[in-house]
Amino acid sequence: MAMLEVKNLSVFYGVIQAIKDISFEVNEGEIVTLIGANGAGKTTTLHALMGLIPAQSGTITYQDKNILKMPSHKIVHLGMTQVPEGRHVFQELTVYENLLMGAYTQTDKSQIKKDIEEIYTRFPRLGERKNQIAGTLSGGEQQMLAMGRAMMCHPKLLMLDEPSMGLSPLLVNQVFDIIKEYHKSGTTILLVEQNAEMALNIADRAYVLESGKITISGTGKELAQSPEIKKAYLGG
Amino acid sequence: MNINILLDGLSLGAIYALIALGYTMVYGIAKMLNFAHGDIIMVGAYAILTTITMYSNPIVALAIAVIVCMLMGILIEKIAYKPLRGASPLAVLITAIGVSYFLQGIAQLIFGAESKPIELPNMGNFKLLGASIRVSSIITLVIGAIIMAALSVFIKTTRTGRAMLAVSEDKAAAQIMGVNVNRIIMITFAIGSALAAFASLFYLMSIPSVTPTLGAMPGIKAFTAAVIGGIGSIPGAMVGGILLGVVENICKSIPFLSNYTTAIEFSLLIIILLVRPIGLLGKKRREKV
Repeated sequence: MAMLEVKNLSVFYGVIQAIKDISFEVNEGEIVTLIGANGAGKTTTLHALMGLIPAQSGTITYQDKNILKMPSHKIVHLGMTQVPEGRHVFQELTVYENLLMGAYTQTDKSQIKKDIEEIYTRFPRLGERKNQIAGTLSGGEQQMLAMGRAMMCHPKLLMLDEPSMGLSPLLVNQVFDIIKEYHKSGTTILLVEQNAEMALNIADRAYVLESGKITISGTGKELAQSPEIKKAYLGG
Repeated sequence: MNINILLDGLSLGAIYALIALGYTMVYGIAKMLNFAHGDIIMVGAYAILTTITMYSNPIVALAIAVIVCMLMGILIEKIAYKPLRGASPLAVLITAIGVSYFLQGIAQLIFGAESKPIELPNMGNFKLLGASIRVSSIITLVIGAIIMAALSVFIKTTRTGRAMLAVSEDKAAAQIMGVNVNRIIMITFAIGSALAAFASLFYLMSIPSVTPTLGAMPGIKAFTAAVIGGIGSIPGAMVGGILLGVVENICKSIPFLSNYTTAIEFSLLIIILLVRPIGLLGKKRREKV
């Protein structure tokens, strides 16, 4: 039984169909990646999963519950959240306050305290800058904060939208190491990436999204070696 | 200069600031201009008038007014604004103006169009440095300051307050933290309306008569104050309100300017916006990438 099962999902922006009848699934404990070019519909898919934009047809089942029409905040309470594209940290709040916002669904205050300490251990830079306004952090630090903030709600399924965007190669490696490590601690991951090479490298399974349709799917390894994928997404 | 001119100006400013907070918080969080907000002061004033003729206790009257205004604020949001979430800002603006006239019309139906005098206990004066100072001005100023300080602490330190800041900055990001945006908007309307109820009492302490259009002028002045301070900014609403109140009272006290008081206040708005279009403490909205 899949943890997240998407069936025949379609999303329209006005008359333009951005997502065309796609189906995919994420099993508990997996890292699944959704790769594709700019504008293929990756972010739209994630937004629809989180209830941030309405889907016109199809079903989204998460842990046996239909969440297609569920408001976003309820979905978060079920243990699903995302690290949005472009990080979207709360620029005017401090690092510490951003992490507290991440723990919005959590009620145990001593646990929240412990979790924040754990985030500071995982991301030492955030600990050093805990009282700094998030808008003054560098891009890499903001990405760490966005990830730490999402971890604060103890997600069972964490979706990451282009976590490598705009980062230096060194930082990209660091981000992917953190994702792998966090996955090992027991969280299922749905990763959306333009950096197909890195994504396929850590993914159990992968789907390729092209103009709103899923065109290829398979294990991370299979796709990394497929000639078509190599040509289209891996630079030869 | 007479110290009373400054004190009365500060207390008038506190009234404007309390109302301006309602405008600015709702703008920050729901991204709409609630032009019916001034009429909430009128609703509060009639609530005070009705209660005080029955119990003649201003504290009870204030408590009732706070409850009535909060319920009214929540109700207006639910019925008039919530269905328009995501509609064009112009549709929401027209609706707000409609709600404003609707409230005035209802008040006229129930209480009549004529202005009704209200008797609040006279709190008298006391002497300070040779000047005779109105106790009511001091009360307005002190309670106004306490409320604004409490609001600032609430927003900075509580979970709900932080969620309000988060929603005002980035609605979608707040949603994926698990924030129920509709609930935060409702709370914002409730708080803004409660502040307006306090403003009603303070306003009646200086001008003791109630009419269905009572809220219009303080409403538009407070809106001006909110824009001067930077719409969306809470400290901005406080600064803008105090500034406008002091300027108004100083102008009124100078014989050859007193007739031009309102013109001077709105000119101040124009000048400040020319120099600093985002208002005194407003923040530039970052472009989304």
